[in-house]
Amino acid sequence: MESINDDKPRVILNEYKVTQNFPNTTTVLDDTFEIKKFKKKFKIVIIRNEKYEMEFDMIGIHPFLANTFRRIMLSEVPSMAIEKVHILNNTSIIQDEVLAHRLGLIPLKADPRLFENKTDANAEHNENDSLEFELKIKCSNNKDQSIKNSSRTEDMYKNSNVYSKHIKWVPIGNQKDKFKEQDVRPIHDDILIAKMRPGHELDLKLFATKSCGKDHAKFSPVATVFYRLLPDIKIIKEVEGEAAERLVKCFSPGVISIRHEKGKKTAVVNNARYDTGSRNVFRYEDLKDAVVMTKVQDHFIFSIESVGAMQPDVIFKESINLLKSKCLSLLEDLNAS
Amino acid sequence: MPIAQLAGSETTNDSNKTFVFKDEGHTLGNALRCVISSYPDVLFCGYTVPHPAESKMHFRIQMKKGKAVDALKRGLDDLIKVCDVTMEKFNEEFDNFNEQATMSI
Repeated sequence: MESINDDKPRVILNEYKVTQNFPNTTTVLDDTFEIKKFKKKFKIVIIRNEKYEMEFDMIGIHPFLANTFRRIMLSEVPSMAIEKVHILNNTSIIQDEVLAHRLGLIPLKADPRLFENKTDANAEHNENDSLEFELKIKCSNNKDQSIKNSSRTEDMYKNSNVYSKHIKWVPIGNQKDKFKEQDVRPIHDDILIAKMRPGHELDLKLFATKSCGKDHAKFSPVATVFYRLLPDIKIIKEVEGEAAERLVKCFSPGVISIRHEKGKKTAVVNNARYDTGSRNVFRYEDLKDAVVMTKVQDHFIFSIESVGAMQPDVIFKESINLLKSKCLSLLEDLNAS
Repeated sequence: MPIAQLAGSETTNDSNKTFVFKDEGHTLGNALRCVISSYPDVLFCGYTVPHPAESKMHFRIQMKKGKAVDALKRGLDDLIKVCDVTMEKFNEEFDNFNEQATMSI
C-alpha cells in the first residue's frame, strides 16, 4: 500500500471534513524562503496552449505566488477599452449613458504594450495614448422589391441591428503607419449594440484608452484566470466486479478505469487530474474505505482565458514583469531614503 | 513617496516598524508577508489594508534581531529573484512545448 504520507503536502478529502497529511520532509508550505531551494523545486509544465486559452502547471511553489500572479493578471495587467464616447446624434431608443456603457464593454483588439497610460483624463487624445473609432449608422426601409412580402426585420429594414463590426477605426496622427487595419478593431464582429427602426440614427465618436482591471473590469485582459490543486486518488483496497463498476461511476469520466485480468475486473486509477473532487464514493459503505482522495498542495493547475487582445502566455509574462517592476521601484525607494 | 513609516510610538524602533505602502493592496501585501515571515530572524510579520476605500497598505515587521528595514529589503529582493526565475522557467518550457508541438505535426 502506498502511503499518503509521502514527500508531498496533501489535503485529504474525508467524508465530512478536510484533513492534512504528514509529509516526511519539509515542504514549501513550512520552509524558510530561499531562492536556491525555490529554483530547485519550482517546475512549470505547459499542458495546453491555444489562441485564447492556456493551461499549465506550476509545481513546487507556495500558494501565495500562484495567488499573486492570478490577482495581477486579473486586475493589474493593462488593456485597451472604450472610455469616452462623444454622442453627436442618437435617435435610437437606447439611452446615451446605457449606450456608452455598453460600448465600453466591447473587447478591442489592440496591443496595450504599444500605448501609454493617459495621465490626465481631460487632456486631448493623442496618438500615443488613445485610439479613435467611429460609429455612424442609420436605419431605413429596405427598397428591394424582390423581398417585398417578407415580414422578417432583416428584409424589411436596412441596418436594423447595429453590430460591433460597424465600428470603424479612425487613425490619429501616425497611427496609420504604425498599425494595420486588421490589428485595431473589435475582437468579435457579432456583438449586438442596438436595435433600430427606420429614422433612427447613431453618430458617435469613441475613444479607447489604456488602463487596468483595478480601474474598471472592462480593462481586464482576461475573461478569467484561475488555479486549482492537482487531485490525486489512491485505491488502497482491491475493488472487484460489480463494485469496480460502481467505483468508476463515482468519479468523473476517465478518472477510474477497469482492468480485465483472468476474467476478473479490478478498478485502477487512470487519470485523476480532471476529477472534480466530488465525494460520491462516500455514499457506498463498501467503497468508502477503499479509496483515499487527496489534493497536492504545492501543485497548481493554472488556467488563463484571454479576452483576445493578447495571447495568454503574453498576459502571464506581463504579470511577472509587473510584479518585478513594482518590487524594483519600492526597493529603489527604500535604498534612497 | 510610496513607502512611509507610521508615526512613532513606544512600539516603534529600528527592529519593530510599520511601513505604509501607498497604492498597494493584498496582491503585494500577502506576497511580501509570506516571504518575510519565513525568515528565521523575523518574530512577527503581518499586513493590513486599514480601509478598502483608501489605497493604502500597512506592513508590520518585528525582528528578533537586526533591522526591520533590512528584512523588508531582503523580501523585495527575493520577490524580484522569484520573478526572474519564473520568467526563465516559463520561457524555457514554452519553447520546449512549441518545439514538441511542431514535431508532432
